[in-house]
Formats: sequence, C-alpha cells, structure tokens
Amino acid sequence: MQFLSEKLTNGLEVIAEVNPEAFSLSLGYFVKTGSRDESPEMAGVSHFLEHMMFKGTARRTAEDVNQELDDLGSQSNAYTSEEQTVYYMSVLPEFQHAALDLLSDMMRPALRDEDFQTERQVILEEIAMYDDQPPYGAMERAAEAYFRDHPLARRVLGTRETVSELQPAAMRAYHLARYAPDNLTLVASGAVDFDQLLKSAEAMTNHWTPSQAKRQLVPPTFCTDRLAMVHPPATQQYTLQYSPGPSYCDDARYIARILGTILGDDSGSRLFWELVDTGMAETAATFTQEFQECGLFCTFLACAPEQHDENWEIIQEVLGQGREVPITALELELAKNKICSGMILGSERPSNRLFSIGNAWTIRRKYETIHEASEHYRQVTQDEVQRAFEALADRTSVTVSVGPEAA
Amino acid sequence: MQQKVFEHRLSNGMVVLGEPMPWLESVAFTLLLPAGTRNEPGDRLGLAGMTLEMCQRGAGPYSSRDLVERLDFLGVDRSNNVTTFHTSMSMAAMSRVLEPTLEVAAAIVLEPHFPEDELEEARQSGLLELASIDDDPAQKCFKELKRLRFGEVFGRSSLGSESGLTETTLEDCKEFHRKHYNPDRAIISLAGNFDWDRFLVIAEQLFGSWKGPAYVGPTSVRSIPGNSHLQHDSQQTHIALAYDAVPYNHPEYYQGRGLVGILSDGMSSRLFAEVREKRGLVYSVSASAHSLHDCGSVLCYAGTTAPRAQETLEVTVQTIRSLEKGIDPAELKRLKARVRTSLVMEQESSSSRSSQMAHDWAYLGRVPSRQELLQTIEALTCESLLNHYRNHPPRRWSLVTIGPDPLEFSDAVS
Repeated sequence: MQFLSEKLTNGLEVIAEVNPEAFSLSLGYFVKTGSRDESPEMAGVSHFLEHMMFKGTARRTAEDVNQELDDLGSQSNAYTSEEQTVYYMSVLPEFQHAALDLLSDMMRPALRDEDFQTERQVILEEIAMYDDQPPYGAMERAAEAYFRDHPLARRVLGTRETVSELQPAAMRAYHLARYAPDNLTLVASGAVDFDQLLKSAEAMTNHWTPSQAKRQLVPPTFCTDRLAMVHPPATQQYTLQYSPGPSYCDDARYIARILGTILGDDSGSRLFWELVDTGMAETAATFTQEFQECGLFCTFLACAPEQHDENWEIIQEVLGQGREVPITALELELAKNKICSGMILGSERPSNRLFSIGNAWTIRRKYETIHEASEHYRQVTQDEVQRAFEALADRTSVTVSVGPEAA
Repeated sequence: MQQKVFEHRLSNGMVVLGEPMPWLESVAFTLLLPAGTRNEPGDRLGLAGMTLEMCQRGAGPYSSRDLVERLDFLGVDRSNNVTTFHTSMSMAAMSRVLEPTLEVAAAIVLEPHFPEDELEEARQSGLLELASIDDDPAQKCFKELKRLRFGEVFGRSSLGSESGLTETTLEDCKEFHRKHYNPDRAIISLAGNFDWDRFLVIAEQLFGSWKGPAYVGPTSVRSIPGNSHLQHDSQQTHIALAYDAVPYNHPEYYQGRGLVGILSDGMSSRLFAEVREKRGLVYSVSASAHSLHDCGSVLCYAGTTAPRAQETLEVTVQTIRSLEKGIDPAELKRLKARVRTSLVMEQESSSSRSSQMAHDWAYLGRVPSRQELLQTIEALTCESLLNHYRNHPPRRWSLVTIGPDPLEFSDAVS
C-alpha cells in the first residue's frame, strides 16, 4: 500500500492509495462544496447540480453518460452533503483511463435548460419521499434550530420553494465558482496506475481555470430549545437532540465517537440494555456528526407515543450519570474493538477506502493508513472518555420531537 | 478468476462449504437453518423471529449480556435474518478470531437457554418492530405484496402478526427450535482467510454431534394474481408490482435475470432511463428477480407523488412490455460488462461471498463457480433473451399501492 499525491499546474490535487494487489480501482472527484456554501435563496443548488452533472457535456448527451457508465461495468454514484459533493466510480483496472475521461468530462456539464426542467421534477420527488419518511423532517428542523444563522442550518435538498424557483443561469454561475480545479480533488484507491492517472488528468483538465473558491467558517453559538412537530399519519414518536461535539478536525472526536458507542450503539450499549433489549424502544442511540469547524453529539429515540416521555426521561438519566456510573475499562475496550474491527473489515474494498482517504485529505489535508487511523482510537484513555461523559450533564441542546400528536 | 470451493457433509447431514480468499484479512460465515416463517403454526405468526431472538438471550456458557460482550470483544460484525424458508445468521471478523466466533455461533444455535424472564422483552421488541413498519410505506407495500401474491403460508412476513406475537409462549419457541433448528439441510459456508482442514475439524467438533428430526420439504409455491390498495395520508404513492418469471433453479434463470438487468441494472437501464431520466416521474424505480422455492417473480417498485402515480404505473408497465420489441446489442454488451465487474469485485468481500455460497447451495444443491457463471452470461444473445421473453411473458400480475388514492390497473391484467 503506497500513498501518492501531486498537484497539477491548474491547482488540481491528485491523491491515491495504491494497492497493486487489488482487483479493482475506485476514482472520485471530491468537490469542496455543499449546502453550507449556498446562499439562502439558492438552497439546494449543490444537490440539484449533482443531478445535472449526469445530464451530458459538450461531447456527450445524457444518454451517452449513463450508457458509458454502464459500458465500463462501473459501480458509480454521487452524493451531496453539507460540506462536499462527491462523484465516484469503481471499475476494473483496464478501464482506468476510460473512467477518468468520463468522470473528468462530467465535471464540465452542459447544464441544458430542458434537462434542468425535467430534473427539477425528480428533485421535488426526492423531497416528497423524505417528507413522507421518519423522522419526517425532524433532522432538518433540528439543524435549523441549532445552527440558526450559521451556514450549516441549510437543508441539503433545499426546500420545495427554493428548488422550484432556481434558474439555470444561477446554477451555471455556481458551478463556475465552485467546480474549479483548486476546489476539487481527484482521489483514487486500489489497483491504480498513478503515473498514467497523472498524465491523463493533466491532459483532461488543463483547460480548467482556478477560482479561489472560499468557504466561510463560523463557530456556531449554542442555544437550548425544544420544538414539537405534528405529523398525523405517523404511528411512532421520534425525538432528536443536538448538542455541541468536536469537529472533524479536532482529535477529541475519537473520544466523542467512543463515548457515543458506549452510551448509544445499536448493540451492547447502555441505552441498548436499558431501552432496546427490554423492548421499550425501537431505537435509542447516540452518535456524532462532524463538520469542518464544529460538530454535534446527537441523541435519537424512536418508540410508541405512549412510552415516549418515560423513555426520554430514562435517556436523560443515562446521559447524565457521568459521576454516578463512570465508564468502565471493559466498556472502553469493547467499544474500541468494535470500532477498529469495523474499520478494518470495511477497508477491504477499495471503494470504501476512497471515501476515508478523500474526506481526510479534502477537509484535513492528511493521509493515514487504516492501521494509523485505528491507532487514534487505541490511544484514547478511560479518563478522557470519563471527562467527556461527565461534561454531558451540562450540555446545551436543541430537541425536536415529531409524532402523531404534540409530545 | 481462480477459485476453489470446498464442500463437505458432516455425518448428521449438515453441509460445510468453504472458499479461501487468502488475500483478505477477514473471514465471514453464514449459517443457514431450515427454519422459516412457513414452519410457523398459523396462529403463531412471528414465532420464527421470536425463537431467533430468544436464542440470542443466553446460550451455552454465555448469559444474554455475555453473548453481546463476547462478540463485541472479538470485533464481530453480525446480522440475522428470517425468511420464508430459512433462519440465517451471518458473522464477519478478523481471521485470527474465527474459532472463538464459531463457538459463540454454535452455542446460539445448539444450546440456547430460553430464559423465562426475557420472553416479555423479546415479545415487546417484536411488537415494536411490527408497529414501526406502519411508518415505512415502501416496506409495508412489499409486505402486503408478498402476502397477496404468495398466500397464507408462503406470503408470511418475518415480522409476524400482533396476535401471533402476543400468543407465543416459551414452550412454542422451544418446540420450534427442537423441530426446525436441525442439521438436515443446515448449511455453514465460510469465505475469506482461513485453513479448510482446520475448519473441518472445528465444524465437526461444534456441529458433529447435533441431531434433529428429518427435514420436510415445502409444497410447490404458486403466485396468486390480484390488486390491493392501502390508504395512506402521504405525498407519494408507493407502487409495488410483480409478475411471473423463472426461479433461481431453472435452467434458463440467467435469461430471465438478463431481462431484469436490461430493465433495471445501471443508469442506462430501461426503467431508469424512461421513468426517471426522460419523464422525471420518480426519484426511485427498480425491478429485481425474486425466487421463492420453485416460484420465480420479478418485483418492481416505483414511488411518485400521488397526481403522477397513474401515469407512472402505466409507463412502468409499458417499459416492461417494451422487451417484446427486442434487445439492443449495446444493452446486452453493457449487461455483460456489469456482470464481469461484479464477479471480479465479489472477491473483495468475504461477507457477500459466504452468503452467496449458502444461498446457492440451498437453492441448487451446489455452488457454481465464477467461471461457470461468466460463461453462462457470455452465452446470452439478444435472440435468446427475446425468445425467453416470448416463452415467459409477464403474466399473473400482482399490484399493491399505498397512498392517498387507488390506481386503475386493467391493461396489465388483460
């Protein structure tokens, strides 16, 4: 396994974790743009644009793009989050050049008006689909209440209104500003021919011009709030709580992730034994969400409406017991084993490694082998987790609950 | 694509399969038991799931908590599942902990404690899981489609029924375990980094003395055509559609699977291109091949906002029927490329390989090699696919919709 990186003359960074023994290779363009980089009236443009990137280029129609993706036998897709948009393909090594040619061409889309109108309908269907699904918009509502004026308050999909009103010209301007070579990283993993990759990337992207795209980083202010939403067709009650947590660049995230596992993993955690194993709740979980300059410690409950209040009280009690019921050495060891083993099992596919190395490089400019990454968890001490646990007692939080009636 | 699949049968009939993948650090196994929802008494729907749940609440030398702690200590990734014909338990871990992991799995299957004081908790978990499906209309749609299409016994859901779960006693679980957790037709399949000879010794030690009653096979399964609508106050209407196809053990299975691929594999597939890309009717549309013993079906799904649901259903059915006009050579070429890639990439995952082997054996009584599969796929032609379509046109349709309004569905039935 070898890590290689290079910056092209146009500012595009190319990084790869090369494993000559691998059966396949994965390629991805990681674009440092997401819902947090949008203006409020353009909410959803990053995600809408991600759909439009599959709709053809100067050289290819939309049909050509989809057919070529399948011609290469690729497993391919894209996703948009608050902080990035990623396009990726996994192919057999013989298709490296063809896959890069297609993916690079897709980064310069035609953005035709008629495709824009059809795809708008698909996005509106996607919004309707999520509106119908638990927790019925509670996550978006909680982010809005927690982050308020902060850019992370914006919805990745946008709203029905912003998506309906978005115009192709505004999307083209957004694309020009954000999909510049100095805001993209080409990431590869697996059976990669790196020299060939560099040569091809240079030839395919030399006409791209840098834009000096910036991201606004703002520390959020913390508040406490409690909101109730009513969704009459719901049969269960869903409650989500956001509290401050470490960012993706903060080493304390390893401590928070371990604490989240000990308290609220889906098996063997304190909340599992208290509420899930006993059949009182369908889900009772704690987990972290990390962004570039800030993060969240999240709590989630799904259960029957009539059991909700009692369950929520039990959760608060469990999370507040930092001093009375300290973290044990056994709990720490089990959590570390679970996390580290999961990382190693998951890393066997080059396609999974693509995301680990791509995320770490684009946000933190750092590469780590899987064993180096798991060592961070091994180093966390009982004291550190205990201190983080005790601090939960005084956390500020935004809580949003949704169910058939107001909770 | 070099490959070696080992097969062995223990004296009690249990089948042991292994495929070494020495380039991996992991190993994964699937334990497939001939205990499915079809084996439940009619007034105990949900018993197969409750029995599996109770088996994990203490077994062999482990209490309920010990079991979870032991598997977490070993870093084992696990999942369990109940289907119409089987109970399955899958585990994946680093290869150095294979033996202790197998010991835990064997204890769960062979020596469950069935603690009386945990029955109520297991029941409540089951009832909650059953209730929560009401908030998942897409899944509910397929649960209803299965019930409608395969009837009382073969159309049962692993979630069971409220009355079945409520009535189940500890004795019911014990009896289900005695009757159906047995070595005749049980399979353990292992894939990844391991030593076959050593594994055989362990398998014999753990499972060799296991005894149980002889397996009784299912009767033939036949599809039942029909429509049903469930009213739901949602923006989207969920459409689940099924029609007959040849099953997994049919000699022409890959002809039928190829047609499903033309419809739904990849972004250039007909359903994706027509229903989503060209018309923008849906975010999600798909078709998949499904086999229940000797009954094959194609299952389709589309979700769309209610005013566009009728059009979506019609375009979906028209697109399926467009296969009768023939297959484009470029479509077939793409299909073959996708299969080639996925066969190569199968070698990257011990979990998916172990589960595939177990299911192959359960259905076919053997494990086809990647080479054989590749040759079968390479031999497909546009003519053979079209002929297959003509000989097995979509018929015996079932339709379930969930949403504000029912849909008209006369074309497809005629």
